[in-house]
Amino acid sequence: MSRNRRRVAGDVLARTVVYLMALVALVPLSLVLVQTVANGLPAVVHPEFFVNVDRPVGIPGAGIAHALAGTIIMVGIASAMAIPAGVVAGIHLAEYGAGRVGNTVRLACDVLVGVPSIVIGLFVYALLVAPFHRFSALSASCALAALMLPVVVRTTESAVALVPGALREAGLALGLPRWRVALQLVLPAAIPGVVTGALLAVARAAGETAPLLFTGFGNRFLNLNPTRAMQALPLTVFHNALTPFPDLVQTAWGAALVLIALTLVINVASRVVLRRQIRLAGRI
Amino acid sequence: MAVARRAAPAAVRPPDGFRSLTRVISLVAPLVLVGVVLIVATNAMPSIRQFGPGFLIERQWNPVKQEFGALPFIYGTVVTSVLALAMALPVGVGVAIFLAEPGAARVRGAIGIGVELLAAIPSVIYGIWGLYVLAPWLLLHVSRPLSERLGSFPVLAGPARQTNLLIASIVVAVMVLPTLSSISRDVIRAVPNGLREAGVALGATWWETTWKVVLPAARAGIFGATVLALGRALGETIAVTMTIGNRPDIPPSILSAAYSLASVIANEFSEATGTLYPSALMELGLVLMLVTLTMNILALLLVRRVSREVPV
Repeated sequence: MSRNRRRVAGDVLARTVVYLMALVALVPLSLVLVQTVANGLPAVVHPEFFVNVDRPVGIPGAGIAHALAGTIIMVGIASAMAIPAGVVAGIHLAEYGAGRVGNTVRLACDVLVGVPSIVIGLFVYALLVAPFHRFSALSASCALAALMLPVVVRTTESAVALVPGALREAGLALGLPRWRVALQLVLPAAIPGVVTGALLAVARAAGETAPLLFTGFGNRFLNLNPTRAMQALPLTVFHNALTPFPDLVQTAWGAALVLIALTLVINVASRVVLRRQIRLAGRI
Repeated sequence: MAVARRAAPAAVRPPDGFRSLTRVISLVAPLVLVGVVLIVATNAMPSIRQFGPGFLIERQWNPVKQEFGALPFIYGTVVTSVLALAMALPVGVGVAIFLAEPGAARVRGAIGIGVELLAAIPSVIYGIWGLYVLAPWLLLHVSRPLSERLGSFPVLAGPARQTNLLIASIVVAVMVLPTLSSISRDVIRAVPNGLREAGVALGATWWETTWKVVLPAARAGIFGATVLALGRALGETIAVTMTIGNRPDIPPSILSAAYSLASVIANEFSEATGTLYPSALMELGLVLMLVTLTMNILALLLVRRVSREVPV
């Protein structure tokens, strides 16, 4: 009897611990969110924060316009490279990727996702910065594209694989060539999943700092020329946070708030789109 | 799924331009991977030739005297990653067990999304938070009292620094938590219900079933998730750079400042002059990449094996 009581007590205890763990996991998220908002708001409430660029220490009115523009330009160029290529590669994997080549590509993508982003930075530095003797936003975009590509490939593949085979068979039975089946029947049916993957990749790229350190490098002024060094939001946070000047640290917190808002909005948007995919897949 | 798409014999297959074109594009990712390994290795060559394998166990890092050794960085990287995993693993598996249970879908869904959003927060945000919020608090309430009371243990010897190995590990633990919990949750969910029912039918409590039946069945997958998380932890750059203290030492105490492979590259590469200095940093990058590649491939094989064995 007492043995059973001990077992039940152990069960209750274990249950409590597991539930506690689930709550503990939410503590850092809420702390990071709340404290970033609290520390960032004083900077963000000034409208000129979004219009001005860096100011020397001690002169008020510093802004992040150059970083915001840089992030948009660099992530934009990276997306233009990585998303089309990734989607096409993902379609290939889902439609023809049963063989050994397909498995190699899959493994390469999964491994590439895990390569430390700083190493991608080194790679792009050696390939695209050192030969031209110049830091450039373009090289930074290439580094970001290398990080985005495997994410887009794998999410596209799984979205396309969710499309029922009957849809393909219907198209083929009507005499459509494989490419039209893939691009005009299967891809539209999978588009929400593809968009989700692309959005996740964009959010990841927008938040990356390490690969930009020696490619985009950073710039204290507004620069829209992609062959020159360019500032980005994560670089502002990183460089300013490590200075001893309260003004600059304040700017870093403001940029951190903008960055976190940006990535979370993109992330939540991707989840909404994904839910549509699941509903769509249920209907076909 | 793969069975249904068995390829037709080559002789019968009509030429398919779309297939060939998309295949070429799909080869970009493997090419990038090979390119990364080759380019980083080539650029590390001057350093590899100069120092040989001794580079890995040399304790001195003094660019001014052209002395380059990787040991302090390997030490800092390994200590932060292992500590981070030790902290994150119980929480991650606990969350996974919680999320894999049926019922209360709304609560579980909300907590699941909360944990996954941890992965969406950029590394630099964890860095600034660790540096300005966590570090001062820990110094006051944890590190200093610890070193004052238990300072006789070398692991906790003082004086406690504001940025140190412990803070870097905590930050990394938070960052790898989503990796651990989401993969473990999938693996735990994949354990056949028959096993759970068999446990309950024998009169086992929920915890006994979970601990003695479900977790052993999911062991390989959870191990895979751990290795994958370890790979992430080893390569984490910016958040560690901002919290580890950046001193090329090998301190026994986790309350001292240290350095990691990724952070020394982040801090010093753009200022490295000459041939040997950047090349030594490249070699550190090569070491980091080879270790994470091995971890990732091992983890993928483990997770893949589990998902093949266990019918989902």
